[in-house]
Amino acid sequence: MERHILVVLPHPDDESFGISGTLAKHIQSGTPVTYACLTLGQMGRNMGNPIFANRETLPYIRKRELEESCRIIGIQDLRLMGLHDKTIEFEDKDKMTKLIGDLITELNPSLIITFYPGYSVHPDHDATGAAVIRTVQKLPKDKRPTVHCIAFSQGCEQEIGAPDVFNDVREFVDKKMGSIQAHRSQWQLKTILGGKSPQSKEVQERFGKERFWTYRFD
Amino acid sequence: MELIKPEVVQRVLDLMKEQDLYIHLEMTNGAYAAHLDKSKIAAATFIRNGVIRYSHGSIAGKGPYRVGLKLEHGWVYSEGLTHYDETETERLILAGHDNDGKLLVSLQLSREPF
Ligand SMILES: [Zn+2]
Repeated sequence: MERHILVVLPHPDDESFGISGTLAKHIQSGTPVTYACLTLGQMGRNMGNPIFANRETLPYIRKRELEESCRIIGIQDLRLMGLHDKTIEFEDKDKMTKLIGDLITELNPSLIITFYPGYSVHPDHDATGAAVIRTVQKLPKDKRPTVHCIAFSQGCEQEIGAPDVFNDVREFVDKKMGSIQAHRSQWQLKTILGGKSPQSKEVQERFGKERFWTYRFD
Repeated sequence: MELIKPEVVQRVLDLMKEQDLYIHLEMTNGAYAAHLDKSKIAAATFIRNGVIRYSHGSIAGKGPYRVGLKLEHGWVYSEGLTHYDETETERLILAGHDNDGKLLVSLQLSREPF
């Protein structure tokens, strides 16, 4: 069992698809989870369908959606870090290292979950992962928490190999559906499921497994 | 957001001329454009809280609409605008959305910073 899990991701809804099942599973077994969400996703293109948000209302709406998603997954400690969507890679590197370093010092996590830098498609994802790796790398070897990364760029397995952590989260698919649905300005669950029932075998298989790469520090 | 009523937007543009204004202007095809289709490039740009002043501004087209603002030394131009926020009283919030509701372009003006 993990002592404490720290999740560091840049956008509300980054927690939904790849890790909500894993988090729900850990939370059920009693592990505290802290989710540091770096931005409010205020530059997102999706404004609901039909449209109910605009550029100025979106951050407020996404904040509420994120809180609902966390409630469904069971995350009790959500930290909104106040950075601006699309700008993580341009933030001062020392500032980012301190921001993440302070969280690690405060929470002493045994596991951190973030994006795999370079293999996570969105520049904010890559920059978030890079900041976490940079921060953990600076710690003495015996003080480093394990880091599990999410990667999904095309062809990433050719470069970083296959994922080495597989979590069976079939029991928590309903929570994952709830988390996705909470982000209603961003996603329509119906479209994602392509008309299939959430209880169908296909959906359970597709959403019932989550995969991570353990980051190898040198 | 509602479909643009050009006469309403024109009225606001007239009210906002000849004064310092904060502008939010952006265009994007989405951060995942290249991930979903290798032939594409993810392209996006935004400026938030730049300060401009225009001598005259107008909305043109039959929808989607275009807006041009004439500055002392140049222009602000935006095309593909479809929606406006009808609840705003002090600011102008314009956006262009595709058929899935995704934002393509936005042009916003305010006397206070966004
Ligand atoms: Zn994201």
